[in-house]
Amino acid sequence: MAALPPIFALQSGYVTLRTDKSRILGFVIFQGVRGLSHYYPDYLAVILIGVLAGTAARIILLRIDYRQYPGYPHGYLTHTALGLIASALGAVAVPALLKPDFVAVTFLTLAAQQFREIRNMERQTLESLEKTELVKRGLDYIEGIARTFEARNYLVMGTSLITALAAQFGGVPAAVFAAFLMLYASYYFMSGEIIGDICDVVPARLSFDGSILKIDEIGLINIGLKSMRDKILQDGLAVMIKPKNSNARATIHDIGQRTAIAFTAAVFLGTKKDVDLPEFTPLARKNPDTGEVGLYIVPVHKDIEKLIAAVKLTPVLESARSKPLNAGPSIKSVEDKVM
Amino acid sequence: MFNATTGTILAVITLNMEEVSGGAPIFFAGDEEKQEKMARYLSKMLDATVHDLENGTLVIVRH
Repeated sequence: MAALPPIFALQSGYVTLRTDKSRILGFVIFQGVRGLSHYYPDYLAVILIGVLAGTAARIILLRIDYRQYPGYPHGYLTHTALGLIASALGAVAVPALLKPDFVAVTFLTLAAQQFREIRNMERQTLESLEKTELVKRGLDYIEGIARTFEARNYLVMGTSLITALAAQFGGVPAAVFAAFLMLYASYYFMSGEIIGDICDVVPARLSFDGSILKIDEIGLINIGLKSMRDKILQDGLAVMIKPKNSNARATIHDIGQRTAIAFTAAVFLGTKKDVDLPEFTPLARKNPDTGEVGLYIVPVHKDIEKLIAAVKLTPVLESARSKPLNAGPSIKSVEDKVM
Repeated sequence: MFNATTGTILAVITLNMEEVSGGAPIFFAGDEEKQEKMARYLSKMLDATVHDLENGTLVIVRH
């Protein structure tokens, strides 16, 4: 009798009259019920809270995507569903670790595989759309978007893991706090830099030097037809993108970044370009002496303020980001070796 | 259009036959007005850009 838990022993004298067999059965049922009422709801609550926080993070991050990515309805569903899976993986890790079932934690490696697939999926979708795109997004931009989609799933997994940990050790209030903290962190980290942060964007003047179209002093393209020249002068818009420092100069020097700027401008303002009107292709060309970039576009809505806003809102691409100004110590060590 | 090679001169429209020769089809135009018209038509047919060499010769290039 001493081996039985106190609650069981308290349940009056008839327990003592039972046979050994029924005592064992009673004990097993008791443990089972205790397990159900105590352990499972705990784990279940922890997992559910984690999954909830993770999925919420994915949906919030999808909303930010809208500027950079056309939010196809099926894309939303796909990414929400994958976000749900990612957050479930993150949340389940906590009970698996506590149980402790370390083998179960290895399934997290599956997650990495899964998310690489997401990157491929995004890349393939955008690349196949690119073929029929009049104004190209550019491979750099596509790669950037694909990588972002992969990274966001890791953020989702992290959010659900941290929230589940907080729920396990600190209860619901701690979980809510952790969830908000992680949501804010995800939002903050994934917003990224935009061109407006690193460059000044000012209106510029389009002119022709003979048949060469120019933005201020940057020569862009040779336009042969007089009628086309008049049309461009009448309907075209131009801005000058002035880098604030050498880091910014190196960033907008990147062709992929410039293609992304032209694409964003064309998305915001529309473009009069068509298959048989290649002259109206938005162009971003560099002044080789100053590093300033001139952007030319023949928009549907001729609104210079909107064009400046579009250029400023273009995300700085990961692949274009360059920081020669911060290269001091590493360059110094190389110099020491060479000199 | 999407599979065509880029950067090739598809046609040459000139006012001055002595300035041109070579591989691309060459069109002779009597005056500037005709030249402009021919260039516009050809650019529409070929979905390509008209460039001016400013020596009385226009070339049509696919980019």
